[in-house]
Amino acid sequence: MGLLTSTTSITCYRVEGKITKPLTEYVSNALKKNTIANIDGQPAEKAVGWTSFEHPFSPKFTADSFYFGSAMIFSLRVDKKAIPASVIKKYCQQEWEKQTTASGRKVLSKNEKKIIKEKVVQELALRVPATPRVFDLVWQYEQERLWFFTNQKNANEELETLFLKTFSLRLIRLFPYTIATLESGLSDGEKDLFTKLTPANFMTSE
Amino acid sequence: MLDISIAYNRYKFIGHEFLTWLWFIIENDPDKIKDENNTPVSLDMGSRIVLENSRREAVETITIKGSESELEEGRLALSNGAVVTEMSLFCKINDRLWIFNLKGESLDLSGLKLPEIEEGETSDDLEGTILLKMDGYETITAFIQQMYKQFLKTRLTDQWKKKTVPAIRKWASAV
Repeated sequence: MGLLTSTTSITCYRVEGKITKPLTEYVSNALKKNTIANIDGQPAEKAVGWTSFEHPFSPKFTADSFYFGSAMIFSLRVDKKAIPASVIKKYCQQEWEKQTTASGRKVLSKNEKKIIKEKVVQELALRVPATPRVFDLVWQYEQERLWFFTNQKNANEELETLFLKTFSLRLIRLFPYTIATLESGLSDGEKDLFTKLTPANFMTSE
Repeated sequence: MLDISIAYNRYKFIGHEFLTWLWFIIENDPDKIKDENNTPVSLDMGSRIVLENSRREAVETITIKGSESELEEGRLALSNGAVVTEMSLFCKINDRLWIFNLKGESLDLSGLKLPEIEEGETSDDLEGTILLKMDGYETITAFIQQMYKQFLKTRLTDQWKKKTVPAIRKWASAV
């Protein structure tokens, strides 16, 4: 789902703060530093990072390659290895049986089982390729605005965390309260009234 | 400013009231529907509306899919104390059509289809395609914010309690 797909979803953000260093160079370096790592063949189960809009599976950020017109466009990528619980269970049980047979004991302790499970998950993670999910974003720096092309809660949380870590700028999600207090041009008196609002009742009779 | 997650939950009712008001305006006062440049906008209900009634012991969710006659069920639900939490809309601005779902608590857009443009087939056209798409996103997000601001102006005056709420009640009960 993204900027160019025929059907999409958008979450709107306001970007709080300014970058005091030369913008393009700063953003380019920050993106390079936080580009998604390849975890295929690695024990890591999950990776989150930036990738390029045009080449999401071979990310490369050159000087100003993320500029389209005056907007900066790049993507958040979340790679996750999905190991089915039944597969983990199968390998764990095989390992338990090996160890009980070898030790002559009937049962293993809780801690021994935990260690076995961690080892099994780590070994499987080396063999399972990560499933990538890519979410595009458009950052209009001068307008302090960012569109993120998904409404998925987890992806939005990953975006907010990584954006702050990467650029030291906070994203404020725009929803009824934040639009009213930050974007609507309400006077202080109106904002005060807004905070005191209580739900209306459209019921015709109680 | 309040903590974001607290504010999100505390004021989600405002988003629900906005959608309820928007439905009322679409059916009763469509001349009020304009973009930020004061250009008239044609806004129509789509085929899906979700309402929620939390005035009963258990929260009741009503999902209506279908035609005009089914929307009457929605109005009936309003008169029983429900509010609109999500709706699908058709929006025509300068003869260009946007189709989308709007969620009240977040004002997020989903299932968004922009007016048709010719996709660039070569990389030379990519930037042009992106800029056209961005114009489409810009137009619709600005329009939603514009309508929300218009709602707030009404919601924050006495007119809301004296005129708007009674008018919505009257319309909802006239099924």
